[in-house]
Amino acid sequence: MIAESGHYALVLALALALIQSTVPLLGTRLRDFALMNVARSAAVGQLLFVAMSFAALVTLHVTSDFSVANVFENSHSLKPLIYKVTGVWGNHEGSMLLWVSILALFGGLVAIFGTNLPLSLRAHVLAVQAWIASAFYLFILITSNPFMRLADPPIEGRDLNPVLQDIGLAVHPPMLYLGYVGFSISFSFAVAALLEGRIDPAWARWVRPWTLLAWTFLTLGIAMGSYWAYYELGWGGWWFWDPVENASLMPWLAGTALLHSALVMEKRNALRVWTILLSILTFSLSLLGTFLVRSGVLTSVHAFATDPTRGVFILVILCLFIGGSLMLFAGRASALKQGGLFAPISREGALVLNNLLLTTACATVFIGTLYPLGLEVLTGAKISVGAPFFNLTFAPLFVPLLVAVPFGPVLAWKRGDLLGAAQRLMAAGAAGLAAVALVWAWTRGGAALAPLAIGLAVFVIGGAVTDLVERVGLFSVPMATAARRARGLPRSVWGTVFAHAGLGVALIGIVCETTWNTEYIGSMKAGDRVNVAGYELKLEGLTPRPGPNYRELLASFSVSLDGDPLSVMTPSKRSFTTRGMSTTEAALLRRGVSQLYISLGDTTPDDAIVVRIYHKPMVLLIWFGPVLMAFGGLLSLSDRRLRVGAPKPAKAVRAMQAAE
Amino acid sequence: MTRKQRRLTMIGGALAVLAVAAALVLNALRDSIVFFSTPTMVAEQHIAPGKRFRLGGLVQPGSLVRGDDLAIKFEVADGGAKLPVAYKGLLPDLFREGQGVVAEGALDASGVFRADTVLAKHDETYMPKDVADALKKQGHWKDDYGAKAGAGAKPDAMASQGAASSAEGATR
Repeated sequence: MIAESGHYALVLALALALIQSTVPLLGTRLRDFALMNVARSAAVGQLLFVAMSFAALVTLHVTSDFSVANVFENSHSLKPLIYKVTGVWGNHEGSMLLWVSILALFGGLVAIFGTNLPLSLRAHVLAVQAWIASAFYLFILITSNPFMRLADPPIEGRDLNPVLQDIGLAVHPPMLYLGYVGFSISFSFAVAALLEGRIDPAWARWVRPWTLLAWTFLTLGIAMGSYWAYYELGWGGWWFWDPVENASLMPWLAGTALLHSALVMEKRNALRVWTILLSILTFSLSLLGTFLVRSGVLTSVHAFATDPTRGVFILVILCLFIGGSLMLFAGRASALKQGGLFAPISREGALVLNNLLLTTACATVFIGTLYPLGLEVLTGAKISVGAPFFNLTFAPLFVPLLVAVPFGPVLAWKRGDLLGAAQRLMAAGAAGLAAVALVWAWTRGGAALAPLAIGLAVFVIGGAVTDLVERVGLFSVPMATAARRARGLPRSVWGTVFAHAGLGVALIGIVCETTWNTEYIGSMKAGDRVNVAGYELKLEGLTPRPGPNYRELLASFSVSLDGDPLSVMTPSKRSFTTRGMSTTEAALLRRGVSQLYISLGDTTPDDAIVVRIYHKPMVLLIWFGPVLMAFGGLLSLSDRRLRVGAPKPAKAVRAMQAAE
Repeated sequence: MTRKQRRLTMIGGALAVLAVAAALVLNALRDSIVFFSTPTMVAEQHIAPGKRFRLGGLVQPGSLVRGDDLAIKFEVADGGAKLPVAYKGLLPDLFREGQGVVAEGALDASGVFRADTVLAKHDETYMPKDVADALKKQGHWKDDYGAKAGAGAKPDAMASQGAASSAEGATR
C-alpha cells in the first residue's frame, strides 16, 4: 500500500509539474495574474507530493519491505537503522528520487520566498523549473521506478554495497545534490530572463543568494565525498581525478565563476550576457554530472547503474535542456543591453580574470573527462586519462588564479591602481616569501615546488587578512574603533575573507600531504614493531569480532612517540556475508592537523597480515579549507543585503512615501 | 581607453589564456594518457618495453605466486594469450584468481609486465568494462558472465541488476 501511494504521489507530482510548466507561461502571454499565480501553488503542491513519495520510500526501507524490488536489492533486515535510511539513496532509483525531491524543494522555496519577485519573472522561473522537474519525473517513472514490486517476495534482502554502509552516505549525496540541483535555480532565472528579454541588477540580486547557497552545499559535498573516499577506500588517497569526481568539480568551478560574475552584474551592471551564459553552463555541467554518474557510461566507484535505456533517456534530457537553452541564448542574448564600463585594471577586471581562469580550468577538466569517451566512440581505442594529465593542465591554470585572488578585493571598482594594490599587499607578499624561505630551510631544499606552493598559499591567506585589516583600519585607528568597524562590516566582506583564506588553507594541506607523506607497506605478525615518521607502531594482535551484518577482523596497534604510549589504533577488515564482499575500515589517529592512517590488507598463510601505514602531515587542512569556504558562503548568505527575499530598497522607499 | 580598446584588451587576454590552456592540454594528452591492451593485443602489437599501458584480463587461476616482501606474480589471460605480471605491494580487496583485473605498468626486456598499480574493478559478479568489452570482441565472452553482469529489467533478473554495483580497489 505504501509503495503504491508513493508511486501515485510521484505521478501526481508529475501532473502538477506539467501544469506548472505550461499554465503560468500562458498567463504571462495573456497577462492573466490568476494563471501566472498557478505556478506558486503548483510548486508548493509538487514539493508536498514528492516529499510524500520520498517519505514512502524511506518507510519501505526502514520497515524492510522486501516485496519492493528496490528494498530487496539494497537492504537487509539486520542492517543498522541509519543505513536503512541512507540506503534509500545508496542506489540508482532512490538517488534519482532524492534528486527530484531536492529539485522540488528548491522550486517550493522560490515559490514561498519569491513573493516580492516581479510576477511574470516568477511565473517564468517556476515554469522553467517545472520543465526540468517533469523531465526527471518521467525519467524515474519510465526507467527507474523505485516502487516496483516483486511478484515473489523474498524473505531477506541483498544488502547494501558494503562500501556505502558508512555515515558518509548520510551526508555526501544529499549535500552534493543540494549543490548540483541548487544551480537549477540560476539556470531557471537565466532562461526566464532570456524568455522575457529583460534583465537588470535586481535579477542578479536574486540569482546570487541561490547560487551562493548551491555553491556552499556543493563545496561541502565535494569535501565530504573526498574525506569519505580517503578513509573508506583504504588506500589513503583523497582525490583521484576519477570521472565521477570531475563531474562534481566541473559545476563547482563554473559555479564559483558564476558567483563572482553575478557580483559584477549586481554591483556594476556589467557582464550581463556572460552571467546568463554561465548560469546556463553551470547547470548544464550539473546535468552532465548526473548523466555521467547515472548512465553508467563510466565504470567507477559510483557507477552503480548499468542500464543503457537510462543512459539514453538522460542523454536526451541533457541535449534538450543544454541545446535548447543555448539556442535560446544564441537567439536572445544580443537583445540584452550591455552594461557598465570598466578599465581592464579594476575589480571588475580582476573578476573577469577569475572567470576566465576558472572556466578555462573547468574546460581542461571537461576535456580530460570526456576525451577518453569521445576517442572510444570515434576510434575504438581505449585510453585512460589520469592524474598526470590534470596535474599538467589544471595546476598551471590554478597558479595564476591563486596569485590574482588577493588582488581582487583590494582593487577599486571601475578603475583600479595595480601598483597601489601591490603596495597594500606588501605584508602578505612578505609573509609568503618568508614562508617559502622557512619551509625551504626546514626541509633542507628537498622539493623545490612545495615551498613555493606553500608561499603562494600563505600569500592568499595573507591577502585575505590584509583586506580585512585595511577595511577595519586595524593598527591605524584605536582598537575600539577597529572593533566597532569590524562589527559594522557587511557579512559578505567577512564571507569573502573566509572563503579566500580557505582556499589558501586547503592548498597548504594539499601540498604538505602530497610532498611529505610517509608510507609503510609490509606484512606484520603480532608483536612486530614498525617506525613511521617517528611514531612507533606495534601490532598487539588480531581478533575476530561479529558485527550486525558482517564479521570483522580487528587488528590492534599501540602507537608511541619517543617511548611514550599515545593511543591504540584498531583498523579492521569486514566481510559482508550477504554480498560476499569485504571492506577495509581504516584507523585514523589525529595529531594536530596531521593524521596517522592504518589500513589492513590480506592475511598471509603464516598468520601475518599485510598492513599499510601512512603518516599524512597537515592532511586535515585539505578539508578544513573547503569548510572555511563554505562557512564564508553561509556568512555572505546571511548578509542582510543578500538575504533571500529581502525587499528591494527602492520598493521599501516607495512604500514609506506612500505611507506618509 | 576607448570602449573598443578595452574590449580588445579583454578579448586579447582571453585568447592568450585559452592558447596557453590549449597548449597545456595538447602537451599533456601527448605525454600522459595511457592505452588499454589485453594479452592478445600485446602479442599482436609488439609494444616496446618501457612504454606504459594498462593491461586488462582475467587472473589465470593457479598462477598467483606470492614471493618475499609483498612481491607478487600472476598471469593475466584473455582466452587468446597469457602474459606474466610482476607486482610488488598490496593487492586490492577485490583481487581474486579467475576474476577481472586491470594493471598499469610497462613490459620489461624479458617480456614480463611490471605493474606499479593494480586495479580490481568489480564485485563478486561484475567484470571491469574494458575487460568485458575486449573479451566480447575476441569471442571469448562466456554467457555466464553476461548473465551475472546482466542488467535486465525483468523482475527475476532484478537480483543480478542490483549486484551490478561496482566497487573499485587499487593499490599503488
